[in-house]
Amino acid sequence: MVETAGGARRQAHFRNGIRTLVVYVLMIALAVAMMLPFVWMVSTALKARGAEFTYPPQWVPDPVKWGNFREALTSLPFHLFFRNTLTITLANVVGTLIVASMSAYAFARVNFFGRKFWFRVVLATMMLPSVITMVPNYIIMTKLNWVDTFLPLTVPSILGGGAFYIFILRQFFAGIPRELDEAARMDGAGHLRILFQIILPLAKPALASVAVLSFIANWNEFLYALIYLDSMEKKTLSIGLRLFQTQYVTRWNLMMAASTVVVLPVIAMFFFAQKYFVEGVALTGLSGR
Amino acid sequence: MVKRRTADERSISTDEAASLAVAPGESARPMRRRRLSRRTIRENVAGYLFLLPWLAGFLAWLAIPMGVSIYLSFTRYNLFKPPVWQGLVNYRELFLDELVLKSLANTSYYTFIGVPIYTVVALGVAVLLNQKVRGISIFRTIYYLPAIVPAVAGTLIWMWIFNPDFGLANMLLKGLGLPPQRWLYDIQQAKAVLIFMSIWGMGPTMVLFLAALQNVPKELTEAAYIDGANAWQRFVHVTFPMISPVTFLNMINGFIASFQIFTPAYIATSGGPANATLFYVLYLFRVAIQYLDFGFAAAMAWLLFFIILVLTLLQIYLSRRWVYYEVAPD
Repeated sequence: MVETAGGARRQAHFRNGIRTLVVYVLMIALAVAMMLPFVWMVSTALKARGAEFTYPPQWVPDPVKWGNFREALTSLPFHLFFRNTLTITLANVVGTLIVASMSAYAFARVNFFGRKFWFRVVLATMMLPSVITMVPNYIIMTKLNWVDTFLPLTVPSILGGGAFYIFILRQFFAGIPRELDEAARMDGAGHLRILFQIILPLAKPALASVAVLSFIANWNEFLYALIYLDSMEKKTLSIGLRLFQTQYVTRWNLMMAASTVVVLPVIAMFFFAQKYFVEGVALTGLSGR
Repeated sequence: MVKRRTADERSISTDEAASLAVAPGESARPMRRRRLSRRTIRENVAGYLFLLPWLAGFLAWLAIPMGVSIYLSFTRYNLFKPPVWQGLVNYRELFLDELVLKSLANTSYYTFIGVPIYTVVALGVAVLLNQKVRGISIFRTIYYLPAIVPAVAGTLIWMWIFNPDFGLANMLLKGLGLPPQRWLYDIQQAKAVLIFMSIWGMGPTMVLFLAALQNVPKELTEAAYIDGANAWQRFVHVTFPMISPVTFLNMINGFIASFQIFTPAYIATSGGPANATLFYVLYLFRVAIQYLDFGFAAAMAWLLFFIILVLTLLQIYLSRRWVYYEVAPD
């Protein structure tokens, strides 16, 4: 068989087409597999009592029990849980943005004695298992009477925490040209003004990434909320959901309804801010070099 | 710059000359051997002022508690009576307590089997997404989603799917004519199920791999292609070495995080069945918060720190064999 140039090209296109098809099939299959648990969760959440146990599995419930949501959300004070989680999360995000920006600025732009040392300390804290400080901090919090308040969940993470965010911001700040600083300095600006009027406005993408990552981390916090929040009015969504689980052990439809409610805000926030998420993660992963 | 100094000559170095330079607005000083200019002091004060919030917190919530924790690990303390010094008793107990050993074994299983699987899956998916097809960002978002969901909710969903009586997984097996499994209630299967659950959250790791893959210079893979390398050879000899720093980073992070697994075990199995999923941090939590045995818990925490440190150092040492840096790391 004589192979013409045209024939070879057609073969290549055909192989390419097959390859693209295979790639798409795989990607779609994986996407379906990843989203399946969420779909199943919602499907179960809308099922009538007993209907969640039918075989073969029923994907679209009949009847659709929207009342499950009301029943799940009112049996425990989920509105309080939501408010608490939001309070703690927002406090942490705002506090972290401020403290991490200040610290990152110091590391990136201020030439002070011991700068390298302290930056290495910051990095070292990233590798520290959190349980090392869990025990002594619990004792300290007890002595301070901070147990059953939001303080243990906000103060240590804002002050002394956030090493990862300091790292992200510092890498970003270091990439901003110093000429801008110098221009401002010639106009008489001190460090504070340089930070607020030059650096921060330029660092919006990095700040947004920090805000989003911090939001997620705090919204999903479990262990420390479990340790420190005793009374019902103080509990967060994650703890509330756990409590729900221990009380409604086999009522899977209600548990899935509660789970849906806990999951929705984060997913909504994610779609709203996903650009900052994914870019933020990539930003940090690569800027480590 | 060459400095020549004789017994009766004083020369000044460039640093001193710089520090003596008069900045606009400052008054001139008599020439003296001084390194601390007003400017330097200002810079230092500014630096530490900006750092102060973090620094204060670091001392209050990290440095001092670490010291307290070391002290506590040598005592018996339950919060009501003052700590009683015990010397190395806690540390000796660590190796005699069968639950400590069991939890270490469980955690090791979960980490050393789970992390490689997890990393390979994340890398595989990243390679898939790196193919030149359109709509990648949608898929990237979808794959990322499970990782941002609160762990309690995610765990509950999987518990329901793997429910031995009515869960989707066993329904699927039934449909395929296979016998139902007990999953999280089975001593042999429980950890494997937890590993499977963790893979659902591989989004962020995958995104890191994807970014690294996209940064591999195309000239290198094209050169290999021209030299006759097939896809697998190109991956093994060009792509993988080029992304090895990121792979290394992901593995270290994966090990450190996996070794501290808590929430899924707490929610799904409470450490059961028969302590098959009693992981180290779960047991530590129990010892500290439920038994109020703070001294022993502190010792456990330090053992964990030591293990993680050794693991990380070992990986760093081994990394010289297989991690390739295009640019020398700083």
